[in-house]
Amino acid sequence: MYEELGHDGFVPITVALDRAEDARPFIERANATHPSLVDSDHRVAELYHISNVPTMIWIDERGRICRPHDAQFGTDTFASFTGKLSAPYLDLLRAWVRDGSGAMSGDEVRRHSPAPTRETQLARAERALAWHLHQAGRGEAAERHFRRAGELAPLDWTIRRGSLPLLGENPFGPAFFELAKQGRTEYAMESVTPTRAPAQS
Amino acid sequence: MMLTLIDGERRHAIGAQLAGSQVQVDAADVEAALGWKLAREGLCRGSVCIPVRDRASLVSDGGLDLEALAALLDRPLALDTEERAAALGERAEDRAAALATLEAPDFTLPDLSGRLHTLSDHRGKKVLLIAYASW
Repeated sequence: MYEELGHDGFVPITVALDRAEDARPFIERANATHPSLVDSDHRVAELYHISNVPTMIWIDERGRICRPHDAQFGTDTFASFTGKLSAPYLDLLRAWVRDGSGAMSGDEVRRHSPAPTRETQLARAERALAWHLHQAGRGEAAERHFRRAGELAPLDWTIRRGSLPLLGENPFGPAFFELAKQGRTEYAMESVTPTRAPAQS
Repeated sequence: MMLTLIDGERRHAIGAQLAGSQVQVDAADVEAALGWKLAREGLCRGSVCIPVRDRASLVSDGGLDLEALAALLDRPLALDTEERAAALGERAEDRAAALATLEAPDFTLPDLSGRLHTLSDHRGKKVLLIAYASW
């Protein structure tokens, strides 16, 4: 995609909400020439108020958000699970890079941006404390705060699912499917671009 | 004892004392870390002062009660007294106001080799910011 769209006026930046060792295989496999960053502290999740991944945000030449985060996929690997197809979104992206179309007005961006609340902000503080304790080798204490963060923000998958590897649980195992049953309301994040896959026959 | 106080990207070591379930933090360390100082007008940083109605619940023996301090600043606080660690979150209103400007929040993060990249270095280009994870 980067190669196709050219490097002059466009750059994708990927941010992995992961430990470096968890992100490494993905980044090495992609062998990308664009910035491929690691955000173990969930700094970008805090700043952009992101509650699930993958998500994409458009930022224009002046550094302004012109399409808010939108749960989208670059491939159709998970289409049967998520019900989303990548092609319509990628077409939209190509058009934006080419001629700027598809950028939203400020009011539209604001309307589609979920608002932080006291609970989500406290959850992020609990997650920051948990991550600090985890790094300090205080596993039990870290677990308490990861769980507290998840209780405060039950629909935030960056916290709930993102904590599973740190709790020694399989993010693709039973704990995840339990989570998916409880929190699968619109994939926890609004889809701005309608890219629903047709119902499976 | 010392308490680790996490404030966004910064981590501060702050002198602290435990009093039951309460944590009294050193006022000078708080000022050095957060910029807030107790003055006659209230809790002040630069020219901004927050009135302190109940001074007794905030101050004792020169220390500041951490939970009372966070409540005055209206900031979320995650606290673990046993572990002597705490994290101050950002007010929902502040984050909402920052996002409402549409200015993309700037950040600096490492790649796998440890090289730092800053979003605003790409000003002048269209940026597709993609957040993803292994999980």
